[in-house]
Amino acid sequence: MSETIQFHYDVDGENFTSAGEASVQIKQKLRQLGFTPDIIRRVSIAMYEGEINMVIHAGGGVADVFVDPESIKIILEDHGPGISDISLAMQEGFSTATDTVRSLGFGAGMGLPNMKRYTDSMEIDSELGKGTKITMVVNVPI
Amino acid sequence: MNANVICGADSLDKDVYSACGSDMMSDVLAFVKDQAVLLTGLVNSQVIRTAQMMDMQCIVFVRNKIPAEDMITLAKNSGLVLLATPLRMYEACGILYSKGLTGSKCNE
Repeated sequence: MSETIQFHYDVDGENFTSAGEASVQIKQKLRQLGFTPDIIRRVSIAMYEGEINMVIHAGGGVADVFVDPESIKIILEDHGPGISDISLAMQEGFSTATDTVRSLGFGAGMGLPNMKRYTDSMEIDSELGKGTKITMVVNVPI
Repeated sequence: MNANVICGADSLDKDVYSACGSDMMSDVLAFVKDQAVLLTGLVNSQVIRTAQMMDMQCIVFVRNKIPAEDMITLAKNSGLVLLATPLRMYEACGILYSKGLTGSKCNE
């Protein structure tokens, strides 16, 4: 693999059951491409948390993953309500999720912190009423 | 644990060395320490996905929770063992811990 490979997924905002399918597929692709288990796990967990966020907060969105030998970039974009206070949203335990979402096992306020924890860089670009774009990069040690 | 095997009976002889008990999947995802077993009272497809993401081998449903068919299919496709025990979370974790499955960073 010498050139960047791109994968594109539409994340269905209406279906909690299918949330995470894109992350499962990326995990399989990265395994086929021969990345180490540690890199695969970090990418797939970060993307999975992002996917769940898009479903529970933003009514879905799109995920693009760019894979090259040195790094893996994940871009998640939605047209949801946006994040009003990003630094607050980054605090472990802070959540605006509903009780329904919590009863499904999410909304513990760990999603964004987990995404940051497992990636080497994460940028959040969010505008209220317009949506949110999150760019995460995992570097691959050579 | 007086558990029933829901699927994955052919993998019961595998060795596991750590476990985690939680009903909050983001808490499980926060601590990657090669946990091989997840004990939970939560029953939906995201439990299976979380286990997939974490490369886990076994999920134990506590309090007699039984997963739906689509969850079982998802688990079979991933090679996961699913068990169901009538015990509550605290007791199930305690039994496994006392038998030597001492876990890692773990939230309940």
